[in-house]
Amino acid sequence: MKPAPFTLHRPATLAQATALLHDLADEDARLIAGGQSLAPMMAFRLARPGHLIDLNGVGELAHLCESGGMIEIGALIRHVDIARRAIPGVTGALLRAVLPHIAHHPIRTRGTFCGSLAHADPASEWCLTAATLDATLVAHSASGRREIAARDYFEGAMATALRADEVLSSVRLPQLPEGARFAFHEFSRRSGDFAIAAALVIFELRDGLIAQARIGIGGAEDRPRRISEAEAVLNGRKPSPELFVEAGAAVAAALCPMEDISTSAAYRRELAATLTERALEEAAR
Amino acid sequence: MSKTPLHFTLNGRAFDLEVEPRRTLIDVIRDDCGFTGTHAGCEHGVCGACTIIVNGETVRSCLMFGFQAEGATIRTVESLSQGGPLHPLQEAFVEHHALQCGFCTPGFLMLAVGLLEENPDMDEAAMRDALSSNLCRCTGYENILKAVKDGAQRMKASHD
Repeated sequence: MKPAPFTLHRPATLAQATALLHDLADEDARLIAGGQSLAPMMAFRLARPGHLIDLNGVGELAHLCESGGMIEIGALIRHVDIARRAIPGVTGALLRAVLPHIAHHPIRTRGTFCGSLAHADPASEWCLTAATLDATLVAHSASGRREIAARDYFEGAMATALRADEVLSSVRLPQLPEGARFAFHEFSRRSGDFAIAAALVIFELRDGLIAQARIGIGGAEDRPRRISEAEAVLNGRKPSPELFVEAGAAVAAALCPMEDISTSAAYRRELAATLTERALEEAAR
Repeated sequence: MSKTPLHFTLNGRAFDLEVEPRRTLIDVIRDDCGFTGTHAGCEHGVCGACTIIVNGETVRSCLMFGFQAEGATIRTVESLSQGGPLHPLQEAFVEHHALQCGFCTPGFLMLAVGLLEENPDMDEAAMRDALSSNLCRCTGYENILKAVKDGAQRMKASHD
């Protein structure tokens, strides 16, 4: 349970970090910010990076700001900062509602929002949030900056569109309109454990009818995603328990869930449907 | 293996060390600094036995590398009482039988101290949620909860 040796690098600027990644990309260099997923992987020696590039000295990545209807979260923003930094609007309230479901407090004091997205565990609450909100992920490398849409970013379990020479420098989330409703429900066997399935729902009510519905499901498939079939069931219709059951059924029909030693695909499918119903009921209240 | 310089303050004492980058903070604290009150349990961030307070935040010391504590102010269970009277939370743990084998106790104490210093008015639901962070294999959770509830009151009284 001891990490293997590595060479440590401590850049002070983003340019230094990307230059290091460029030079060391072929030597299994890994970035560390919070390290709450990487450190256990290194303890198990599932990860044995030859070089560790510590981002904690790169002050320019510690920003959290709102501009042009987007909330931008820099790579050094830790989970606890999401509650402490008073992010405005409905998106701020949504982030604060999701936050307590992430691991436990002593993990949230170290782990980072962007680190969760870079790690891309299928059960990650922030990955589900980014997918449901159609976040924009900002990557920097020695050759420049590019933006990646969330729908193009998640490629599978712990697999993303990030290249080995890129830093996920920030994530941009759209500010939801005033009056948008949301709810998040997840199920795990123990408090703070990985979700077996999770549902994040967002919609507006216009003249009593659902509009702009977003249904995101995480933990069930190898990556989080919006379920457009369920969104289509909701849009233009009046909220009711029957409608929410219909939307849950659409989620179940659209999913192709993962199986593991303790959880069958059929169970995950039913769970995702139930969590969708519960989240819709809560959001409609 | 090349070493990196590391300076921090641990339980009020300044340390000036050279450590291998791969060494976790708990190993540095136990082996290099000689403070063995913090226990290494699972060493992958699940059990919470190694919980300590770094710059006022509760953290798992097995999930931090030592080098990440450069310049930090660190408190471990030894900081609660150095041979003098017990900390109010330690007293509450004794009175409520909140420990049997004692392996998890330093982690539970530092978790609760850190959380109560941040929020002295935690309600029971918040305490239950917070304490779910750590494992006790003697399954003394009810007594640990009782001790933390009582300890919260004792900590407040000791500040009045």
